[in-house]
Amino acid sequence: MYSEKVMDHFKNPRNMGEIENASGVGTVGNAKCGDIMRMFLDIDDNGVIQDVKFKTFGCGAAVATSSMATELVKGKTIKEALEVTNKAVMEALDGLPPVKVHCSLLAEEAIHAALWDYAEKNGIKIEGLEKPKSDISEEEEEEDY
Amino acid sequence: MKKMIYLDNAATTRTAPEVVEAMLPYFTEYYGNASSIYEFGAKSKEAITKARETIAGALGANAEEIYFTAGGSEADNWAIKAAAEAYRSKGNHIITSRIEHHAVLHTCQYLEKQGFEVTYLDVDEQGVVKLDQLKAAIRPTTILITIMFANNEIGTIEPVAKIGKIAREHGILFHTDAVQAFGQVPIDVDAMNIDMLSASGHKLNGPKGIGFLYIRKGVKIRSFIHGGAQERKRRAGTENVTGIVGLGKAVELAVSHMEERTAGERELRDYLIGRILKEVPFSRLNGPRELRLPNNANFCFQFIEGESLLIMLDMEGICGSSGSACTSGSLDPSHVLLAIGLPHEIAHGSLRLTLGEDITREDIDVTVEAVKRIVAKLREMSPLYEDFMKKNAKR
Repeated sequence: MYSEKVMDHFKNPRNMGEIENASGVGTVGNAKCGDIMRMFLDIDDNGVIQDVKFKTFGCGAAVATSSMATELVKGKTIKEALEVTNKAVMEALDGLPPVKVHCSLLAEEAIHAALWDYAEKNGIKIEGLEKPKSDISEEEEEEDY
Repeated sequence: MKKMIYLDNAATTRTAPEVVEAMLPYFTEYYGNASSIYEFGAKSKEAITKARETIAGALGANAEEIYFTAGGSEADNWAIKAAAEAYRSKGNHIITSRIEHHAVLHTCQYLEKQGFEVTYLDVDEQGVVKLDQLKAAIRPTTILITIMFANNEIGTIEPVAKIGKIAREHGILFHTDAVQAFGQVPIDVDAMNIDMLSASGHKLNGPKGIGFLYIRKGVKIRSFIHGGAQERKRRAGTENVTGIVGLGKAVELAVSHMEERTAGERELRDYLIGRILKEVPFSRLNGPRELRLPNNANFCFQFIEGESLLIMLDMEGICGSSGSACTSGSLDPSHVLLAIGLPHEIAHGSLRLTLGEDITREDIDVTVEAVKRIVAKLREMSPLYEDFMKKNAKR
């Protein structure tokens, strides 16, 4: 059900772990729907993401999208990181099953949440960054029997 | 590739070689239609009769009370929909439980849309249907009680004989989905007051695509599939002779040495449960320790999610399953685990391992070691575990 890239990132997650005294930390999702992602960002004085780590509670797709998202933002500026959308994460993973698309949204949101935390800590405003929703749970369609 | 350790026998089983052998002649040699006049067709008919007698014998039923279907789901659909239709003049109320298989639950939900009223009984923390609630739920309009013999996820064996007695005392039909229980635990339809019972071939080392519905003589439910006189005019369609022969053989094998086979499985199951609970911190067993299917073990591991665990077990050649969401294409955790009162985040971290006859102690040891390693790895990755450990460190 998963692409080879998803399986690769699930089996060998990149940047898994935590950063002590990170510049920004963001946690999104909820255990009720089965996915929680936490992103740690280390941002230097020039606004470049020097390091990024993640921790995820969730299915294979949740782990893989977190892992891929960290790769896509590492070494990038804040502005560039903001351009990493869920679509970009999905494309980089060669797609996700429809029921797992929300995992990529969560990954995008986790980065935004970490950036928001960084901005708050430093009393700055990041252009184009809105306060992230801490809880993403898609409305499921009612099945008909 | 490592040796595969197949621990998902509640999903399906390997067709026994003896079963395949019994089936083979009915593909190429005795391929006649059992309804034909000539002697050649009678060969098929004889084989069907023999299988029907074997199955009836295993249940304490009469051969003419066994109706072959394409499987357990069809048998469940037939029993419930046809009973609802046949007894509608008497009432429109059906009682079932929250932990049924979806073949029962979705059928009941379908009937609700047709104007029937359904009571979904709660279960206790072990998954046992609450009998006082059952008694209280009975109305003058109740026409059917349908409660599973044993749960497919957590293995709980329901108090079927007591439920049958209650149903009989109130003159209400009693159907039980015995797809997981048949061949694993002794069943006597008379002693247990069962009026209808569904079972499936591929759960007991028989072929897929064949099952049956037992319908007690006198229960007036009509045909589900129209178009022929097969199965005493109650289930049209040329008989699946090979499937029926295979099912008959599988039942013969399953009941002939049920006691020793299940005793062996029970011993290994208890060994597995004991080791996991002792060696994996923050783990729990779902379902009762004793009154559960002999081959079923179902665990929850806190702070991790079931699908990740399954994929990692698969990478080590171990086949298990999870009640979790992801496997069924829905994001909700198992309805059974929620019904026994587990919170969502714990219900998401479930693992069901169901043993088969050829599983060895070594297989269990390999599995336990893999589970320990993988659960630890996933916890290292889990923000929930991180939070929990930090909170505990502060104390």
